[in-house]
Amino acid sequence: MSITTLSPSETQSQGRGDGRWSERQLVAIGLVALAVALALARPLLPEWTIVRVEEGLYAYADWLDAVFNFVRDDLGLIHLTRAIAGGLEYLLDATANLLYGKKRWPHLGPIPWTALAAAAGVIGYYLGGWRLATIGAGTFVWAALIGQWSIAMQTMSVIAVAAPTAFVMGLVLGIFAWKSRPFEAVLKPVLAILQTLPFFTYLLPAVIFFKVGPTAGAVATIVYALPPMILMTTLGLRKVPPEAVEAGKMSGCTRWQMLRHVYIPSARTEILVGVNQVFMLCLAMVVLTAFIGMPGLGGKLLAMMNSFKLGRSFEIGVTIVLFAVMLDRLSKAWVVKQPEHFERGTPWWQRHAYSLATFGGFAIFVLIAFLVRDLPNVPVKAVGDPEAEGSFFGYVGGVLDEVGRKQSLTQGKGIDKAIKGFLGIDSVQAVTEWLRWFLNVWILIPFRNALLWLPVPTVILAIGALGYLVGGARSALIGAGFFAFIASTGWWDRAIITLYTVISAVILATLTGLPLAIWASRSEKWANRILLFCDTAQTFPSFIYLIPAIMLFGVNDVAVVFSILIFTLVPLTRYTIEGLRSVPVELTEAADMAGATRRQKLWHVQLPLALPTMAVGFNQAIMFAFFMVIIAAFIGTQDLGQELQRTLAGTDLGKNFVLGMCVALMALVFDHIIMRWSTDRRKALGVD
Amino acid sequence: MNSEAPVISARNIWKLFGADPEKYLASMTPGRGFDEIRADGYIAGVKDVSIKVSRGEMLVIMGLSGSGKSTLVRCFSRLHEITGGEILVDGQDIMKLNENDLIEMRRSKMGMVFQSFGLLPHRTVLENVAFPLEMRGQDRHARRERALEVIKLVGLEGREEYFPRELSGGQQQRVGIARSLAIEPDIWFLDEPFSALDPLIRREMQDEFLRLQDMLSKTIVFITHDFDEALRLADRIAIMKDGAVEQCDTPDKIVLDPQTPYVAKFTEEIEKARVVHASVLAKPLNGTTPEGEPVPAGATVLQLARQLVNESRTTLPVADKDGTVIGTMNRQEALDILLGEG
Repeated sequence: MSITTLSPSETQSQGRGDGRWSERQLVAIGLVALAVALALARPLLPEWTIVRVEEGLYAYADWLDAVFNFVRDDLGLIHLTRAIAGGLEYLLDATANLLYGKKRWPHLGPIPWTALAAAAGVIGYYLGGWRLATIGAGTFVWAALIGQWSIAMQTMSVIAVAAPTAFVMGLVLGIFAWKSRPFEAVLKPVLAILQTLPFFTYLLPAVIFFKVGPTAGAVATIVYALPPMILMTTLGLRKVPPEAVEAGKMSGCTRWQMLRHVYIPSARTEILVGVNQVFMLCLAMVVLTAFIGMPGLGGKLLAMMNSFKLGRSFEIGVTIVLFAVMLDRLSKAWVVKQPEHFERGTPWWQRHAYSLATFGGFAIFVLIAFLVRDLPNVPVKAVGDPEAEGSFFGYVGGVLDEVGRKQSLTQGKGIDKAIKGFLGIDSVQAVTEWLRWFLNVWILIPFRNALLWLPVPTVILAIGALGYLVGGARSALIGAGFFAFIASTGWWDRAIITLYTVISAVILATLTGLPLAIWASRSEKWANRILLFCDTAQTFPSFIYLIPAIMLFGVNDVAVVFSILIFTLVPLTRYTIEGLRSVPVELTEAADMAGATRRQKLWHVQLPLALPTMAVGFNQAIMFAFFMVIIAAFIGTQDLGQELQRTLAGTDLGKNFVLGMCVALMALVFDHIIMRWSTDRRKALGVD
Repeated sequence: MNSEAPVISARNIWKLFGADPEKYLASMTPGRGFDEIRADGYIAGVKDVSIKVSRGEMLVIMGLSGSGKSTLVRCFSRLHEITGGEILVDGQDIMKLNENDLIEMRRSKMGMVFQSFGLLPHRTVLENVAFPLEMRGQDRHARRERALEVIKLVGLEGREEYFPRELSGGQQQRVGIARSLAIEPDIWFLDEPFSALDPLIRREMQDEFLRLQDMLSKTIVFITHDFDEALRLADRIAIMKDGAVEQCDTPDKIVLDPQTPYVAKFTEEIEKARVVHASVLAKPLNGTTPEGEPVPAGATVLQLARQLVNESRTTLPVADKDGTVIGTMNRQEALDILLGEG
């Protein structure tokens, strides 16, 4: 009855059509049967297969500590890293001085907020007209007026160092990976692990090797932002059209000239997409460095949430989101911005109109601030004091230089009251209370207990069976092997709790996201709106998603699951809409002409064809979930994230790394299985 | 042509794609065909080709896509390293050049035009054209002068500050041509330069190209898969199939006397009268002095059609540009060609 036609080989591998099972399915069924048998025989199993192995089979952490100590002290890596830290610190101090007036070289700052806002506005206008000008200037204006200028600039001063460094390093490593296949072969798996390692595992080594404070934060941020820059550079260089390369060679380029004048400019688009990624990841990470005590937007947000000041948390959240959207939109506009020609004889000031306007706007406000600073009795503090001398001009000038504490427009307390008032309404409270009760009692806790009840070999075999079904022996070995490793570390129950949180959140997100996406994809207008929303929401640093969760549910398991749910909803919805929209029109028309009802069309044509793309979204959702569940340690979980967070206080590098690897390996197993399935399915369907 | 040494001289060159092709070529039994080589896991891009290009000659390489014509021309400029054989350019074995000498040769002697133009998207027309000059380190002022000169030559005046994406396909290819001419190369490679263009523009560009060639008289290797284009432009045509040259001859000979069944099939549909010139049909005088008005040697049979039909003589004298009679042409033979019974 199926409408999609299956090729003979596919029919065989899928075991459909002729009603018999394929070899793969038989093996998988066998493995599952074994797993079930083990679960049923639970009372008979030796104890270590059931409860958590406290010690772990092997003392990985101790071994790793020995290795780290050897590398750090005996090989003297610490001296190298401290030297690098010194250089970085110098740069960080310089940007800190310029942006928020830290008393360090070059002793010029702080730059008045108006000057930065003006410059950002002109750049925004150049890149994308009035819309981006508003976003550019508006972000800075908001940060200043809401009274978060200095913490925002603390954050930006780290990004101002980390992003260019990550860009340069990524570009250079990307070029090496493109030039040398062996180097790339080594680099690729390292990058894959780096991309799945939980961020706590970036932080502790950074602290230990690079000094506490902004330097460690900057290092962790740089390393975190590096992988996509490397990958995009390599990709871009590979995609340079062969004729451009040949034209370069025939023009007699030396190797350096080829790289400088042909390859890198031709790979511009991909490299700039890499730059966009660098900005976004830098912002996401720099906010999280709050966990190692870095001041800035993240630090403030963490403090505010800790003391349950929801109003201020909300305002800081808005600031972070604005910066994220600004960096994303401006850098994306830069990707598509093409050079435009000037007629010959255009005067130089016209050619450089935008640079001049940027510089001019910047200079004017710096000048104003400078003049005002030198005025006697600057009445900045004298708000509404009629006696103050020259109060109007002095006051306006002073505000243009720096928004004082009393002048900020923050409504933290008011919002706080409003939120708490809203949540206090009986009906609202009833709903959240009920949700909390229902999810906890009927879904989350039973599910968690069931998973924890299962004997260790059962879980490993089940994962192996899934791997075998999708990708054969190799996938089965990867899946079972990685989980066996986790069991051997002694962190099995923590890992299972992590896994349970991820799975339940993703399932709940699927149940909400899929219907939403299917509904939205029916109308072009709504599909576009929701896609735009998802695009924007995806740029928000993950930390932000904790805010509504805590607001609604307070500090507990449900808030954790809820924050992961809304975080993973974004990729799920987005890829489902894109998958459904990419179904060729001929096919839906063919279904219409075959007399299919809407439901039949959806089930038999649209969903089967959209499934590979949807799987990519599902995969991304799981990756996001693994990332988020670790951050949620902040709320108070009992999983690997909590253990990881605890290691931050000490110097337990080995333990930190083992825990990080547990998270990374679980994520990699899902990544491998889902992506494998998606690629095979695409091939079978003949779509690309 | 003239008697001096050929500009490009290729002897038994091979280009194989696959793992360790040199070793395979050394151990291969001679005379293996394209399909047999493919069965061994290699692709013969160029298969045992020997060809010479004389100074000032325009050699057109023809063939279907995948026949190896682009590969062959890339061997001449060493964009591809050949697997076996020898290529001499101006008497120099290019496979023996080191990297710097190779770069120097390309900077001073060779220009190349590409099918999809190969323009650098981030540079203006002027900067694209000046690119080879910049690479060899010419100063800003001199390269600007020269670039403006070639831009004017290809008729793109006033577009110097445009970016490639702001130009039409034909204009972009003019930029490609201007760039390849900027260094005043002796040897000019054109790889299907007009294939990506619309038929009308293509025609216009061919005329433009002929005008340039009249002025510049370069040694040219021109690739096309369009037989009409080859006939319009070529001094000699080399027809390729499966990496090998099937026949290399003047257009007249290719049409009148195809050497292999493949070439015969290729030329079947061609209207021979448009290709064959009187000079080719002229038989030696053997001391006799033919009478009457001679026909010009450079005229095609088609151009002589009216005269051939109205004429009553059985043989017609053929005279070259200076008016010297070089032979006689059999009228019946020419009429057979005109009527397609040759």
